[in-house]
Amino acid sequence: MDFSPLWDWFRWLNGATGIKLTIFYDSFDRWRFFYGFLTSVRLQATCLALSVVVGVVGAWLQGARSRILRGALQGYIQFFRNTPPLVQLYFFYFALGYVLSVEGDGGLRQTLVSSFAWAVICLSLYAGAFNIEIFRAGIEAVPKETVEAAEALGYSRLGAYVYIVLPLAFRISLPALNNNLVNLVKTTTISYAIAVPEMLYVANQIWSDEVNVPEMMNVLLIAYVSLVGVVVLVMNKWERALRVPGYVS
Amino acid sequence: MLKRLLGIGVFALAAAAWVQAPAAAQTLDKIKQRGVIVVGTKADYKPFGFRDPSGKIVGFEPDMAEDVAKKLGVKLEIEPVVSSNRMQFLQQGKIDLMIATMNDKPDRRTVVGIIEPLYYASGVNVLAAKKAGLKTWEQLKGKKVCGIQGAWYNKPVAEKYGAEFLNFVGQAETETALLQGNCVGWVYDDTAFAERLADAKWKDFEMKLPTIMEEPWGLAVKLEEREGPWGKFMTQLSQEWHKTGRLIELEKKWKIPASAFLKKMNEEAKKAKS
Repeated sequence: MDFSPLWDWFRWLNGATGIKLTIFYDSFDRWRFFYGFLTSVRLQATCLALSVVVGVVGAWLQGARSRILRGALQGYIQFFRNTPPLVQLYFFYFALGYVLSVEGDGGLRQTLVSSFAWAVICLSLYAGAFNIEIFRAGIEAVPKETVEAAEALGYSRLGAYVYIVLPLAFRISLPALNNNLVNLVKTTTISYAIAVPEMLYVANQIWSDEVNVPEMMNVLLIAYVSLVGVVVLVMNKWERALRVPGYVS
Repeated sequence: MLKRLLGIGVFALAAAAWVQAPAAAQTLDKIKQRGVIVVGTKADYKPFGFRDPSGKIVGFEPDMAEDVAKKLGVKLEIEPVVSSNRMQFLQQGKIDLMIATMNDKPDRRTVVGIIEPLYYASGVNVLAAKKAGLKTWEQLKGKKVCGIQGAWYNKPVAEKYGAEFLNFVGQAETETALLQGNCVGWVYDDTAFAERLADAKWKDFEMKLPTIMEEPWGLAVKLEEREGPWGKFMTQLSQEWHKTGRLIELEKKWKIPASAFLKKMNEEAKKAKS
């Protein structure tokens, strides 16, 4: 498909009104903005999935018998919940990144973990810490009698968690989870500080080169409204699909 | 729905354009009234603008700012800026004058009022580990290089040589990223590397590529005041700086390798007088 008339229209728009949307008519900017958009989506999707996994596993471990395990988990939650994500990101990238670098071929220093991977690790653990607490709230809201009934039927602790407690707790937790995930999608923008080429980073490069700050700010706002809109839409659909009539709300 | 969204977008763009409309107040009057001039300089660009052990911002550019304040008989206040916000600070009136290692580029001239004569010049080079064995710019193809957010040549170097940029906000982060091996080299002003190469910390690094894209640096005032009293005042002072050799003096004071640009400008200014 040939888009060039559309690109030309944006070039004309710049000439006629001064609205400089280079991401449409400059092929280099177009390519890097598109790549930035994809990187953002990839980062967000990976972090969303991993943070939910962390939440589910963590909430289960909170009920573990081992005191050491529970203590370690509590330490992790407190560390990640009580420190700013930007500080964590810098800590991982600049402090841990150095520890994890090796002498590569030709004796050049090379890092083992890329900035994208650090962003995924850090943001998943950050949002995961919140998710654990969200799921805990859901689990504690499941009536004790239901758990006892499961035990009476011969379920193990894991079995009861997977088949009885989690499905109910999940439904109770969804609205709060929804909130946290929307927040996570927006928080991915801070990874621009460690040079992950996501949308904010790319927009920053473009407006530095083309001096079109207001235009790129608007593009960013529209892009984020749509991205978060998609997440909210999917989560709401899911919430409705999972509804157990007569149980929760 | 789409139409409405589009409408909001256009409205937002129009609002942004309106905010940028020129402010009527004259900077020169404002400075004299306040008794203070606010100058934006770099704080992470040794030796042009950096923090001394006490935290004060000193260097080549703060010294120029000092000259301006002295000439006006007002107090000097220095506001640290970075490449990606310096022009916005000037437009918003957060700073009265910008002396922040900025290259003079045509599209920048449509945004801020760059004062002539220009005061310095730098080119682009790569600081890389000796072991990387960089000899030509073409070797950067597909390699990761570090850079500073907001430097104008990131785009042309990426386009022309196919280097993949990892850009950070300031020099400290970029330096750390390079030392840790996140990139093979750091693409930046050659003037920023000269100082580093003299330091033992950088003994395993070199700057072997030919310097490219040599461009002069301009100090700037608000665009609409370029031809006004404030812009004229700075033009006159810049001419004086070149003629009296003040800039060469500052270059020596901060131990910067002598630049051909300053020598040429000094000779031309002297000739114009006679």
